Amino acid sequence: MSATAIAERFDNHWSYAEEVEVLTFDLNGETFALEAVIVQEILDLLPETAVPGSQPFVASVINFRGKVIPLADLRLAFGMEATEATIDSRIIVIEIDLQGEQTLVGLRTDKVNEVTTLAKSASEAPPSIGMRWRADYINCLVKRGGEFIILPNLQAIFSSRHNAAGAAS
Amino acid sequence: MSTLDPVAVFRTEAAECLEAIEAGLLDLTHQLDNKDLVDAVFRGLHTLKGSGAMFGFEALAAFTHHCETAFDRVRKGEVSATSELVAAVLAAQDHMRALVDQPDADHGNIGHKLLAQLQAAVGGKEAAPAAVLVPAAVREAPAKKNSWRIRFSLPANSMANGTNPLGLLDELRDLGECTVRANTSAIPALDELTPTDLHISWDVTLTSEQDRSAIDDVFIFVLDDMELSVEEIDGPTAAVVAPADEKAAPAPVAAASAAPVPPAAVPEFRPVEAVPAKREAPAAVSQAKAAENVRVPAERLDELMDRVGELVIAQSRLSQLASASTDIALRSVSEEIERLSGELRDTMMVLRMVPVATLFSRFRRLVHDLARETGKVIELVTEGESTEVDKTVIERLADPLVHLVRNSIDHGLETPGDRLASGKVEAGTVTLSARQAGGEVIISIKDDGRGINRERVRAKAESSGLIQAGQPLSDSELLQLIFAPGFSTAAAITNLSGRGVGMDVVKKTVEALRGAIDIVSVPGQGSEVSLRIPLTLAIIDGLLVRVGSGRYVIPLSAVEECLELSLEEDLRSRGRSFISLRDSLVPFLRLRDLFRTGTKPDVHQKVVVISTGTERVGLVVDQIIGDHQTVIKSMSKLHNNVATFSGATILGDGSVALILDVGHLVAAGQQQEAQLRVAG
Repeated sequence: MSATAIAERFDNHWSYAEEVEVLTFDLNGETFALEAVIVQEILDLLPETAVPGSQPFVASVINFRGKVIPLADLRLAFGMEATEATIDSRIIVIEIDLQGEQTLVGLRTDKVNEVTTLAKSASEAPPSIGMRWRADYINCLVKRGGEFIILPNLQAIFSSRHNAAGAAS
Repeated sequence: MSTLDPVAVFRTEAAECLEAIEAGLLDLTHQLDNKDLVDAVFRGLHTLKGSGAMFGFEALAAFTHHCETAFDRVRKGEVSATSELVAAVLAAQDHMRALVDQPDADHGNIGHKLLAQLQAAVGGKEAAPAAVLVPAAVREAPAKKNSWRIRFSLPANSMANGTNPLGLLDELRDLGECTVRANTSAIPALDELTPTDLHISWDVTLTSEQDRSAIDDVFIFVLDDMELSVEEIDGPTAAVVAPADEKAAPAPVAAASAAPVPPAAVPEFRPVEAVPAKREAPAAVSQAKAAENVRVPAERLDELMDRVGELVIAQSRLSQLASASTDIALRSVSEEIERLSGELRDTMMVLRMVPVATLFSRFRRLVHDLARETGKVIELVTEGESTEVDKTVIERLADPLVHLVRNSIDHGLETPGDRLASGKVEAGTVTLSARQAGGEVIISIKDDGRGINRERVRAKAESSGLIQAGQPLSDSELLQLIFAPGFSTAAAITNLSGRGVGMDVVKKTVEALRGAIDIVSVPGQGSEVSLRIPLTLAIIDGLLVRVGSGRYVIPLSAVEECLELSLEEDLRSRGRSFISLRDSLVPFLRLRDLFRTGTKPDVHQKVVVISTGTERVGLVVDQIIGDHQTVIKSMSKLHNNVATFSGATILGDGSVALILDVGHLVAAGQQQEAQLRVAG
């Protein structure tokens, strides 16, 4: 599948299939899921290099197989507390489309769980109230067991962060 | 390796061919009676037609044929080259380009119009759709007979590439009395034979009424790759070299008559005396060139560059391990690898370098067109075309340069009337020059026009709110205003410029290349815009420093010197941030503060003095670690807003260090100094 096809499918992944394969991970006790096709690799924590002057959300870079890629912390996008790394902490490397350019980004997570399949029928649009997070940062919530799994809208998160940063500079 | 799409290969070749034709035509505008140029253009058209037909670009071949015919008549002295003809062919050449790019699109009317123009230019005859030319018709022409001994061999893969040697022999036989002898000595034993390869070379003795150039015309499509020697034999005897021993190969010759000869490859013959016999020189030149150059797709070079970059990183890790080890053998291997990777890096750098001539050449056409459009008389002078620059730089500079040249012509140069009135010569000169200065290339665009009108720049900046009315500005600050987004001083919006876009883009592009722009403009005498661009974008030598717990790379080309910041100076400078360096004031920036490391300063802090051109700024760091060969990795878009860093690199231990953007830091230092000055 071509890179753009992945990006398109990612943007409207529910419209293409009844089910979607995802990788789930934890951040501060919440469970998130990313569509599995965009995941490149899961890494143990790596030495990070801080980038002074950048947005806290992408405050550092790492060496991923000879490439310098940004390391993002979704907790900060969702207004959660940044917590210390644990023995379970991992970096998920994903490839996403940023303004027409395929970009590798590392995501810092507390724990990577499993690859699983989520059904469209179980998904719900984010509620307009009762949520601490920006609604446009969430694609949908999927109920599984007694829990909700959050599918973040990475496009919205990265592009709005980027735009905000651009305006501020 | 020949997995390349043949059509793509043809397109590349055609583009080069068209470029050569264009260059020839533009030269010809100035020297209409230059036979060599006429020949060069003819040869370009001929090649384009031939290979176009070969690769199925029928429309292109048919169209080019008419231009070729027109030039052939010039070549033979039947008509003389006129500027109308050159203009017509120049226009036609654009059409050919379109035919190469989109052979299937409907170009019908344009083609006919161009042909009508061409027809008018050569006096009405010949440009009509030409019949296939019959060489036999020329045989009757009375002429002295000459004899030649022709030896030729083709590269082994030439049959795979579509060359039919039988066709070539056939054409030679069409020229006159011909004895062909195949040299089969190079044919390997049967079990080593690759049946698709060509192992035979030929000796041909030819007696013909034709001129020597007719022989070259036979080989015109394969000339660049083959070996060809043509010797004239005294006297019209064909039997000087008796070639008919038992090894002679009559079979191929006999078969040759059955072999199809592409009609495009049949040269047209005319009475001998009309043909200028100048063919030897170009043939020799192109043969030498083919041996020296290899055409490589750009991506492969980029890939190789990446690998070399990784090797350099791996090597520096190895050096680090080796230096910590007591194993002599390991150390010596590490040193060896260090030397080799250094050499490889240098070689790689050279591979990526291309002369700016490739960049400059395209401006001749632009200037030619602009001159017609604006009615100005413009002379384009190019200097330092052999200066070499990284190919990425060349690619990215093309658009900014187009803009600057357009600006020079549109805003800078006056009309011929105005020029004469102000005591200048009628023709305005635009000079494009390139030269290397240290680790930088300076490319400048200079015109001898009216110069930048400061009042108008100021008025415009004030009216658009860029500066306040009456705000004092230095001359260079004033001139820099033209790079502000949306800034244009053109009184009227023209086709060329004045739409208020451009100069800011030029500046952005140049800064993205880690370069800088200087402007010098003297009212009434002209302006010069100089772009200072680093030689390469891929690898630099850097100075590795530590600030807090982070490590950073400062490009070594910008480093002037390193000093220790003494304790007293450090304390004294609490109130002011500059040091006195040999009686001049150098502002400095504490990187620890700038990067908010939150750490305590080292006892012995260092000042690294960096400069870009004339400005100098000191950077206070905690520790200088040393030289570091830096493979530059770009940062992602997520960090586009961080102007302090131009990129990142990977250190020997695998961690990432950021590369400081010196231009940005100097600007920040100047700002700080200015604030201090205002504060008194």
